[in-house]
Amino acid sequence: MNAEPPRGTNPPRDPTADSRFIGRSVPRLEDLPLVTGRGRYAAGISFPHQLHMRVVRSAHAHGTIVAIDASTALALPGCVAVWTAADVAAVPPIDFRATRVKGLEPYRQPVLARERVRYVGEPVALVFAEDAYLAEDAADLVAVEVKALPPVVAADQEPGVFMPGQGTEPTVIRKNYGNVDAAFRAAHAVVELDLALGRHSGVPLETRGAIARHDAARDVIELYGASKRPHQNRDLIAAMLGRSPATVHLYESHVGGGFGVRGELYPEDVLVCLAALRLGRPVKWIEDRREHLMACNHSREQRHRVRAAVDAGGRILAIDDRFFHDQGAYVRTTGARVMDGTAGMIPGPYRVPAYRVAAHFRLTNKTPAGTYRAPGRFESTFVCERLLDAVAARLGIDRVEVRKRNFIPRTDMPYERPLEVMETGLVLDSGDYAGLLEKALARFGWDATRADVERRRATGEAVGLGLACFVEKSGQGPVDGVRVTVDGTGAVEVVTGVASMGQGVETVIAQICADALGVDYRRVRVVHGRTDRIEYGFGAFGSRITVMTGSATHAAALKVRAKALELAAADMLEATPEDLDIVDGRIVRRNRADAPSVTLAQIAKALTPGAAIAKGREPGLTAEGWFENDHMACPYGVHMAVVKVDRETGGVKIERYLVAFDIGRAVNPMLVEGQIAGGMAQGLGGALFEEFAYDENGTPQSVTFADYLMPGALEVPAVEFLLSEDAPSPLNPLGLKGAGESGITAVGAAVASAIDDAIGMPGAVTRLPVTPQRLKDILNRAR
Amino acid sequence: MSDKQDLVLEVNGKNYAVRVEPRRTLVDALNDECGLTGTNAGCEHGVCGACTVLVDGEPVRACLMFAVQARGRRIRTIEGLARGDTLHPLQRAFMAHHALQCGYCTPGFLMLAAGVLERDPNVSDEELLQVVSSNLCRCTGYGNIVAAIRAAAAEMRAK
Repeated sequence: MNAEPPRGTNPPRDPTADSRFIGRSVPRLEDLPLVTGRGRYAAGISFPHQLHMRVVRSAHAHGTIVAIDASTALALPGCVAVWTAADVAAVPPIDFRATRVKGLEPYRQPVLARERVRYVGEPVALVFAEDAYLAEDAADLVAVEVKALPPVVAADQEPGVFMPGQGTEPTVIRKNYGNVDAAFRAAHAVVELDLALGRHSGVPLETRGAIARHDAARDVIELYGASKRPHQNRDLIAAMLGRSPATVHLYESHVGGGFGVRGELYPEDVLVCLAALRLGRPVKWIEDRREHLMACNHSREQRHRVRAAVDAGGRILAIDDRFFHDQGAYVRTTGARVMDGTAGMIPGPYRVPAYRVAAHFRLTNKTPAGTYRAPGRFESTFVCERLLDAVAARLGIDRVEVRKRNFIPRTDMPYERPLEVMETGLVLDSGDYAGLLEKALARFGWDATRADVERRRATGEAVGLGLACFVEKSGQGPVDGVRVTVDGTGAVEVVTGVASMGQGVETVIAQICADALGVDYRRVRVVHGRTDRIEYGFGAFGSRITVMTGSATHAAALKVRAKALELAAADMLEATPEDLDIVDGRIVRRNRADAPSVTLAQIAKALTPGAAIAKGREPGLTAEGWFENDHMACPYGVHMAVVKVDRETGGVKIERYLVAFDIGRAVNPMLVEGQIAGGMAQGLGGALFEEFAYDENGTPQSVTFADYLMPGALEVPAVEFLLSEDAPSPLNPLGLKGAGESGITAVGAAVASAIDDAIGMPGAVTRLPVTPQRLKDILNRAR
Repeated sequence: MSDKQDLVLEVNGKNYAVRVEPRRTLVDALNDECGLTGTNAGCEHGVCGACTVLVDGEPVRACLMFAVQARGRRIRTIEGLARGDTLHPLQRAFMAHHALQCGYCTPGFLMLAAGVLERDPNVSDEELLQVVSSNLCRCTGYGNIVAAIRAAAAEMRAK
């Protein structure tokens, strides 16, 4: 199924692009304040006369609010106000971003619970006090009387009641192509699996925080602590408060990790703004860890009943999946995206001639869910790769071989799959999946490792190796724009509407700008996450910044370069622009070191409005650059693991872990590897340790770091990297693909494959995380 | 609860006169009373180690200590790790080895490692791994943190 290359308005890749900085592991520009204690995270932001907000949260998973008594709290000296739903009745529920999925509106979350509470942790009331400790005291004194209702705690059971007349299944998304039924009828063999992924999430080390103030003199609301999507959140907050977006400014300071969960619009973000407006004082809210674990988006929880039809050679004829997505109590900003993405990505890097999926979007009385790093792909890769392993086991084919037989070949690129993913048509833009697998096998020493593992198993050790292949999506469009300006000192500023959660945005964008313009990357200052500095912004998600913002920066910097060269050539150096180059901020004659030169600073000064030489030219050494992308760039990779299982404890030790990854073009390999290593550690959490457990009453069991177990240095192995640049994306001038999610995507799948091998039980792992208790159960069942 | 006490905290060689309730944690007092916002609270119950500071040279979780308990003791925070403009070997090593991304856990790891290495730069690589395992990082996967601390230890031993 070959497709025409997607059309676009973007220039072709510039083969002569200088790459003094792109491709080099230069040190980060972000680091100095962060290693010297000068980072500015939300908790470190304060304003004079500020009030502290504390959220009173539901202790019930499901119930009707009978009464809320705040009189004791209000009597506490220093407690300024207590609000309930009645005080915010005019504020609409939090909207989701544009989605084509219909019928979700009734399930949006109100900023404070109205009539019913639907999960433990749901905001029910607010306390405002002079001091954070005092606010917590007062919150404890707010008496909330709830009449309990039966909770829904499992998404794969019969749907329950969200409210009279509304069930707990807002939608079922169906996708299909090809003749699935005919393929199953004709199949040589059919494998069927019942798979589950546990509820876990990003859990950044910094909890959420929001500090708002209203400047009545200018009638502007300022919100600090923004991240991920400042512009969208500005627009949503403005709409909810009935204001013009021009009177709401969001400011991102340092952000202690995002991973998809931080920076979505939550009730608290809106409430601090409203409170600052009404109470006439700055309002500060800093989430505590217990709150975070039951209030910030959860993710991942799904149960799949999936089957594959294959021919005698193990080639897939069709995949048929029905799955249940546990959305928790409300539909938040990301709508049904995680479920939709899962449904669209299950075929992975393989030829799947026929495919059918029915995805049931189910509400339960648990914390609402959203996107977490590799949303839908951690899940789909687990499902797809478990299927491939099952096919291999059923037909007695090697696990590597079955993948080779099913890969989409390089010659079929770009490959269009008749499916929508994340609301765009899925086109795999480029890739050599088989080629990367071969490289990974060689680097890992797969055959020798396998022989070694088999020798050890013969002596009684439960050691095994596994692999998982994946294709990702990155560079989510549709568009991004930046403004690049050189000032009269020669300093360069790139203003972008994206956000930084610590991944290295400033460095990478500076590297791209520096190469296109002809300056040192350390001269480039990247301003992000401020809605008052740039009109449009699209935020940080879906591994998009390097691709989208990087490409826009490249375009803007080339415009600035052209403008500088034109002026220098015409009015300063008596040359043509083609004779000139820009090196370290100085415009020089190509191949003539002794010729006169001028600096970018001089050009910038010459372009000051009113300056004589600027005659007839647009003032300022500045340009905007835009980049459009209708389709996503699709990086791909292979994970390989060696694990050792302790049969007595059910513990799993990762002995080796390789991530092979084709990124198209690595702007900063050190940072790419950093993304992979960090993603792998989070993936390992989801594979072995992390789970938001609930009891049968819907009471969360994982509300501290003693119960929600994140991997530490002893659990995470040294990750081996194989970065390849065999398949630069044809969709952007630099060939870029995103790096942020590659390390996490296939960890659950690869670890499951390796555990199966270690215990000699193909297909044993059907559920993540593989906790010691679950693995002991598997081992005991086999006895 | 509101019986505030007058207290002098000695932080990074400077005295800070503060007035706090006995229940106020050291991390909150450092942030809000002393204006030293470099120490970050991560979990507030002693698991993640993001708030690690040195008290009389020993790594301490500042969320588990009350400010009043630090009376008369020498506190050292991330703001006091460099000597003027001269960065500590650990700070340089963290930058060189890409041992931080979002940076939130970084002050805790730096102070933890500084406490250990300034007492004994000869600790083994295996011991350093054990040290690193007492704090949590959500961004790096730890490999670069371990490498950075080992490199700084080597530099400190050579001095």
